[in-house]
Amino acid sequence: MSGDKDLDQLKKEAVAKAKAAAAAKRKAKEQAESGAKEEVSPAGDDLAKQKADAVAKAKAEAAAKRQAKEEAESGAQEEPPTADDLAKQKAEAVAKAKAAAAAKRKAKEQAESGTSDEAPAAEATGNDADDLAKKKAAAVAKAKAAAAAKRKAMGQSEPEEEASAGDDDLAKKKAEAVAKAKAAAAAKRKAMGQAEPEEEAPAGDDHLAKKKAAAVAKAKAAAAAKRKAMGQAEPEEEASAGDDDLAKKKAAAVAKAKAAAAAKKKASEGGAASGDDEKAKAIAAAKAKAKAAAAAKAKAAGKGAAAADTPEEPKQPSPNQKYLDKYVEIIQKHLGEDVLEDSYINNLSKDVPTLVAKQDSYYKIAEFLKFNESLSFDYLSEIHGTDFETHMEVYAHLYSYKNRQSVALKVKIDRDKPEIESLARLWAGAEWPECEAYDLLGIRFTGHPDLRRIMLGEDWIGHPLRKDYEPYDVEV
Amino acid sequence: MIRTEEILLNVGPQHPSTHGVFRLVLTLDGEVITDAKPVIGYLHRGTEKIAENLQYTQIIPYTDRMDYVSAMTNNYVLVHAVETMMNIEIPERAEYLRILAMELNRVASHLLWWGTYILDFGATSPLLYAFREREMILNLLNELSGARLTFNYMRVGGVKWDAPEGWIEKVRDFVPYMRKMLVGYNELVSGNEIFLNRTKNIGTYTKEDALNYSLSGVNLRSTGVKWDLRKDEPYSIYDRFDFNVVTRDAGDAFARYECRLEEIEESLKIIEQAVEQFPQDGPFMAKVPKIIKAPKGEAFVRIEGSRGEIGCYIASDGKKEPYRMKFRRPSFYNLQILPKLLIGENISNLISILGAIDIVLGEVDG
Amino acid sequence: MVQDLLHSSPSLLNFGIFFAMALAFLFVILGFVTYAILAERKVLGFMQGRIGPNHLGGRWGLLQTVADVLKLLVKEDLIPKASDRPMFIIAPVIAFAPAFVVVATIPFTENLQFADLNVGLLYYIAISGITIIGTLMAAWASNNKYSLLGGMRATAQMVSYEIPLVMAGLGIVLLTGSMNLNDIVLAQQESGWFILWQPVAFVVFFIAAMAELYRVPFDLAEAENELVAGFHTEYSGFRWAMFMLAEYVYMFAMSALIIVLFFGGWLPPFEFLSFIPGAVWFGLKFAVVTYVLYWFRATFPRMRPDQLMEFAWKILLPVALANIFLTALLKELLNIF
Repeated sequence: MSGDKDLDQLKKEAVAKAKAAAAAKRKAKEQAESGAKEEVSPAGDDLAKQKADAVAKAKAEAAAKRQAKEEAESGAQEEPPTADDLAKQKAEAVAKAKAAAAAKRKAKEQAESGTSDEAPAAEATGNDADDLAKKKAAAVAKAKAAAAAKRKAMGQSEPEEEASAGDDDLAKKKAEAVAKAKAAAAAKRKAMGQAEPEEEAPAGDDHLAKKKAAAVAKAKAAAAAKRKAMGQAEPEEEASAGDDDLAKKKAAAVAKAKAAAAAKKKASEGGAASGDDEKAKAIAAAKAKAKAAAAAKAKAAGKGAAAADTPEEPKQPSPNQKYLDKYVEIIQKHLGEDVLEDSYINNLSKDVPTLVAKQDSYYKIAEFLKFNESLSFDYLSEIHGTDFETHMEVYAHLYSYKNRQSVALKVKIDRDKPEIESLARLWAGAEWPECEAYDLLGIRFTGHPDLRRIMLGEDWIGHPLRKDYEPYDVEV
Repeated sequence: MIRTEEILLNVGPQHPSTHGVFRLVLTLDGEVITDAKPVIGYLHRGTEKIAENLQYTQIIPYTDRMDYVSAMTNNYVLVHAVETMMNIEIPERAEYLRILAMELNRVASHLLWWGTYILDFGATSPLLYAFREREMILNLLNELSGARLTFNYMRVGGVKWDAPEGWIEKVRDFVPYMRKMLVGYNELVSGNEIFLNRTKNIGTYTKEDALNYSLSGVNLRSTGVKWDLRKDEPYSIYDRFDFNVVTRDAGDAFARYECRLEEIEESLKIIEQAVEQFPQDGPFMAKVPKIIKAPKGEAFVRIEGSRGEIGCYIASDGKKEPYRMKFRRPSFYNLQILPKLLIGENISNLISILGAIDIVLGEVDG
Repeated sequence: MVQDLLHSSPSLLNFGIFFAMALAFLFVILGFVTYAILAERKVLGFMQGRIGPNHLGGRWGLLQTVADVLKLLVKEDLIPKASDRPMFIIAPVIAFAPAFVVVATIPFTENLQFADLNVGLLYYIAISGITIIGTLMAAWASNNKYSLLGGMRATAQMVSYEIPLVMAGLGIVLLTGSMNLNDIVLAQQESGWFILWQPVAFVVFFIAAMAELYRVPFDLAEAENELVAGFHTEYSGFRWAMFMLAEYVYMFAMSALIIVLFFGGWLPPFEFLSFIPGAVWFGLKFAVVTYVLYWFRATFPRMRPDQLMEFAWKILLPVALANIFLTALLKELLNIF
């Protein structure tokens, strides 16, 4: 991993830029209200892990950083990677556990007051956390608080899963030997869980007890999966995934040694917090099954490491990278250097090589993709348009039966004057889908043999899939 | 000197053999079609627009209503797209349940096609035989999902319900029964002289045409293109099963008929193997967040539905609703070749050709 | 009895008797149609793994068709605005009347026959040809393209299949030297059923008869999957019922004709069984023939019009002609009859 090379450098850079990044992040959060809450949640996971292991954190940071840079370069309109920032802030503020606790408390209170309405609660928390950050409270605190609040809020709508998810996180954190702040957090969560009017609390308790007692391994695996999922729910999935890997590797290394302790600690903490008979039960169970748990955990860690191969992929060159390189090379050789606006591997879409054509070279490239001997994309699987508000985009998925390869061809077009050449002359199969795009989005395909409003009819007013579409009603 | 005139004939939108609200404006010279213009959109419900305001799980019932004959595969393509974006690992048991549901649904879908296709030729009995078997499948799927047609069964991360007690055994028993019935189907229809006369060399197109017109599924395979996404771009756990990709070289209506009947057998093979390998226990739902949010970005996945390639494109801005959702609906693409096939044909061949393409109007119109 | 009446001098009383008998016979035929439809539905149900009508009139659904007819009679009488109104109204009558008229010449038993015509066979075929005029009128008057296409198909089909039908019948006429249906039946008393002597003619006749009846696999005229309902697309209620009635009465008549020509009419299959009345034999044979028609309907898909025409002109007609030639040759050489 090339990230290791610039590790120190990046770290320094990270510290230096911490504040600026924090500000940027705040801004981003303000921009997207729901975006804020989901960014925070995985960040909490990252933090947990990073706290546990400095090296891991640094590496994750580096990875995140690099990803972010790449993404910024590739022109993807994504916000500054949050995990990255958090990591930096984290590096700056590891010691501020108490502030964190305070922030947490506050956030939770807000989350609680937000009750079952998840979105406002999360938003409020995010804003509040922002304020805290502004007041120099640690980013750790903010992230954690937000994560907790989020978990909380989600737990309200989904008691079982979320509670268990929270436990998973707990387990992880504990296993990684984070001491007081974490314990407090657990206690807090626990207490809150009980305070909740809904049946979430019992569920949470149940889960805690159960999980602590027996299913550390399962929890681990689930947590990993969960984190992965959540990590991807965020734009900067690579960063989070990277953290995951590191955490897992580390976990694998220390699994056996820590498992028993973790289970015990968890049990005691959970017990202390809940303060009822579950405590004894949990401790007893934990002790009895400590060994089993340790073994299971080791296994889970191994499994996690294995599972981690998948998210690791994006960081390594995708298996389709060579195809992409080939396409780009051939296209540039024959059509010139500047016909492509962009080209990348779309990791979200089964690593499909994606070419973004310039508007004036779109047809040329499509034609070339079809007729070039070594490309011969003879099958058009899909073509459609999307209104991205800043621009329109036409997405075509091509396939070559000869080479058994796919490519996605995209082109961005002007939203005010959406006009692009039709591919129906190349693939007859594009005829109707282009009509559909014309009908629903108003993209005009020039050179189309029969461009008509195929779905709605010629007398329909407006293009429904445009984001600014207002239904026309004669009676209104 | 006799003066002749061409007739403009509106077939549909309400017509017995358009299999839904599909309109075809034909120009006839006697009974020979000189021009054909399909008009669609009568069943357009704006699924993609609706989806933009719904959470991912809420979209699933809408996918049921696209290809309502084979709703399981539609369910699957949506959850598969989201899972691909979120990189969720699906529990074993869920994977098997999905495969079973999809393949049973594929058999049901092909049976429905078989029955109605022969019905288009005026033979009523095969329809009822096909429905008898389809009914058993629908009952099985009903036990699984609680619905007979619009299953709403799959979820991001797994399936909604576990298989009820004894369900797997019922599926196991169904396979040999269905095989036995298939033999009867072939005896009743496949060798019938009138049927052969009406399907052989009717609606023929070449491999190049098929690719050019973006045909998929049986419509493509009947021209000899060995292409089945279950085999060539394995998704789910299809790589664990041993089955053949059925192809024919003729490219006519009869080739498509044969392909579909044989695909029932291949699906039965998959069902049989899936039943054998079915895990005893385990979760049927992965741990997924309650509010599913696909990461920011876009994804296009495609799977092999009963009628061809079903694709699902999601552009997400990280919210719990998709920013843009688009389904590649195989019937919509497959239907494009119809005018080309119809011109110069007798009006009676219209039903052989249209029927053999196997469209579902809910899917054509989206 | 009927013969005596036919030969008596015309009077009002004669007319009254004939009218009453015809009316009675009409109801007999309507009764047959009612239960033929029920039987068809039951047979189809049996063959298609379902039950068929089973609610109205006991568990056999005996009153189902009656109820259906009642429903049709009270239905709103719809006549399309753009149709040719007088023609639209008169067409079902023209289609139905010949169907009923041809039955007059069929000998059900030795005595039960309305008109013992010397040209019985010719009479049947000539009269039944009139129906097609009604069909075509209906198709044209409907001012509907599906109707028109259906009517054209029906006409083409009728005209084409009438020829092999007659040609196949000619073999029997050659053998018996008579077109009187009574004579034809009686001829079979000595020589055995004509299906044994004229198997080829039987096959051709049966196929052509099915085409005449618009039964599957020759139901192109009303091919619902292509032409919605063919020539009667615009008809509903009792006007539509008359077309249906005509169709089923023709089925009745044609089955009877097939029995008369090829299965020895009311004659028992073996001499020692002659203690059973002829009417029973006729009824049994009749049941078998109609059952085969139902059976075909449950089994076959529909033919394509061009293939149907080819079949009539390129296969059935040559075969029928060859059959006539062969029959004449055999008759001349072997001198059997």
